[in-house]
Amino acid sequence: MTDIAMTDPAGGRAVLPTPSQTVGPFYGYALPVPDGGNIAPVGHPDTVTVHGHVYDGKGDPLPDALVELWGPAPDGSVPTATGSMRRDPASGGFVGRNGLEFTGWGRIQTDADGHWVARTLRPGARGANAPYLAVCVFARGLLVHLFTRIYLPGDDAALAADPVLSRVGEGRRSTLIAEEQSPATYRFDIHLQGENETVFLEYR
Amino acid sequence: MALTQHDIDEEIAAERDAYEQRVAAGAPVEHHPDRGYAPYRSSVLRHPQQPPVGIDVTRDPELVELSSPAWGDRDITEIDNDLTRQHDGEPIGERITVEGRLLDRDGRPVRGQLVEIWQANSAGRYAHQREQHDAPLDPNFTGAGRTITDDHGFYRFTTIQPGPYPWRNHTNAWRPAHIHFSVFGRSFTQRLVTQMYFPNDPLFPYDPILHSVTDQAARDRLVAAYDHSLSVPEFSLGYRWDIVLDGPSATWMEEGR
Repeated sequence: MTDIAMTDPAGGRAVLPTPSQTVGPFYGYALPVPDGGNIAPVGHPDTVTVHGHVYDGKGDPLPDALVELWGPAPDGSVPTATGSMRRDPASGGFVGRNGLEFTGWGRIQTDADGHWVARTLRPGARGANAPYLAVCVFARGLLVHLFTRIYLPGDDAALAADPVLSRVGEGRRSTLIAEEQSPATYRFDIHLQGENETVFLEYR
Repeated sequence: MALTQHDIDEEIAAERDAYEQRVAAGAPVEHHPDRGYAPYRSSVLRHPQQPPVGIDVTRDPELVELSSPAWGDRDITEIDNDLTRQHDGEPIGERITVEGRLLDRDGRPVRGQLVEIWQANSAGRYAHQREQHDAPLDPNFTGAGRTITDDHGFYRFTTIQPGPYPWRNHTNAWRPAHIHFSVFGRSFTQRLVTQMYFPNDPLFPYDPILHSVTDQAARDRLVAAYDHSLSVPEFSLGYRWDIVLDGPSATWMEEGR
C-alpha cells in the first residue's frame, strides 16, 4: 500500500521514492505528440536538426523507443514558455506548438527503422558547460529511463573544458558528441548496450 | 524449449535472494529496478553494461537538467483527466477514481507538473495497433489521459478499472492490472515513468516486471490503496496513490511556478 512514511531517522531524504517501471510497448497512443520533434520556432535562424537511431546490444534498431530532448535557448536561458502540447478545446485534439515560442522540450518516438528526428534551437552554453541538449530515453525493455547529452561539435576548447566530458575516457567521449553531417544537421545515435555503448549519466 | 512460468518464478526467486544477501552484507536498499533484470526478457539487450557517469548537481546550479519544461492550461483540456468522457458513449467496466499527490523526497508537493497515464480497457486490451491480445476493443474507451498537478501537488483521474492481460515474456505470462504513469518533476533529473497496481492482485507473484523492483517495501509503493473516502457515491470506487519523485532537484528557489 502507498505509505508515505517518514522512515529516515537521519532526516533529509525522508520520503522513499516511487520505483521506476518500463514504459512498455503500448505508450504509442498516449505519449507521442504530433510534431513532437519540431521544437524550433518556424524559420528561426538558429535552428538545428538532430537525428539518429536507437540501437540495442545486438545493433538492431529499436522501433519502440521514445526520446525526449530538453535544452536551453541559444542565449543559454532556460525556456519558460508552456505550449509544448497545445490542445484544441473544441475537438480535444492536439494543435501543436504555435511556431513562435520556444518551449525547449520535445518528445519523439522512433519510427519503424528505429530513427528519430528533431528540429530545435542550437543550445547556448550555461556556466562552465559546453553547449548541449539533455536527453532522456525510454523503451520497452528499459526498466529505468536513461539520461545522456548531445553535445554539438565545433568549439573544441569548450568541449575540452566541459566538466562532464573531461571526466569521460577518450575512447567513449565521442558517444556524447554529435556528428556534423552538413551545416546545422547533426547525427546522434544512441547505443543502449554493446561495443559503442553510449555514455549515460546519473544525477546525484 | 518454451520458457515456463516455473522457469521465471525460479529466476525471480534467485534475483530476490541475491538482493537480500547484498542488503544483509551491508549494501544499500535498491528502490529502483536493475536495468538488466533477466526475468524480464526484453531488458537483456536493452540495458547498458558500463557504469553511468555520475553528476553531482550541487556543484553546478547552471545545469539545464535542474530545470524542467513548463506546462500550462493550453497543454490540457478540461476533460483530459476523465477517461470515461472522451467518446460519445459510456465505456464498459468498473469506474474508478485515482487520486494522489506528487511529492519530492523531502515530502514537498510538486506543483504544476504534467502527469500522463495510459492503460488497457476493462477487457485487458490496449487501443494500440500492435497489441495482439484477442480481447475486445471498447469504442468508448481509448485509455489515455493527462492532467497538471494543483497547488498542493494533487492529481486526479476518473477512468475504468483496467483488466489484466497476457504477454509473451514466457508461456502463460499475464500482467497484473495496472495504469502506466509518466510524470515530470521540478527538474528534468526527476523524470519518472512507472506503473500503478491495484491491491491484492493475485498475479503479483508471477510478474517479472513488478518483481524487477526486488525490494518488497519498494514494490509495495507501486500498489495503490483502496480509499473509501475517494469513492464517489453511485459512481466510482476510489484509489489513492502518491508518487514520490527521486533524483536531485534544484533548491526551494525553483518552487515558484
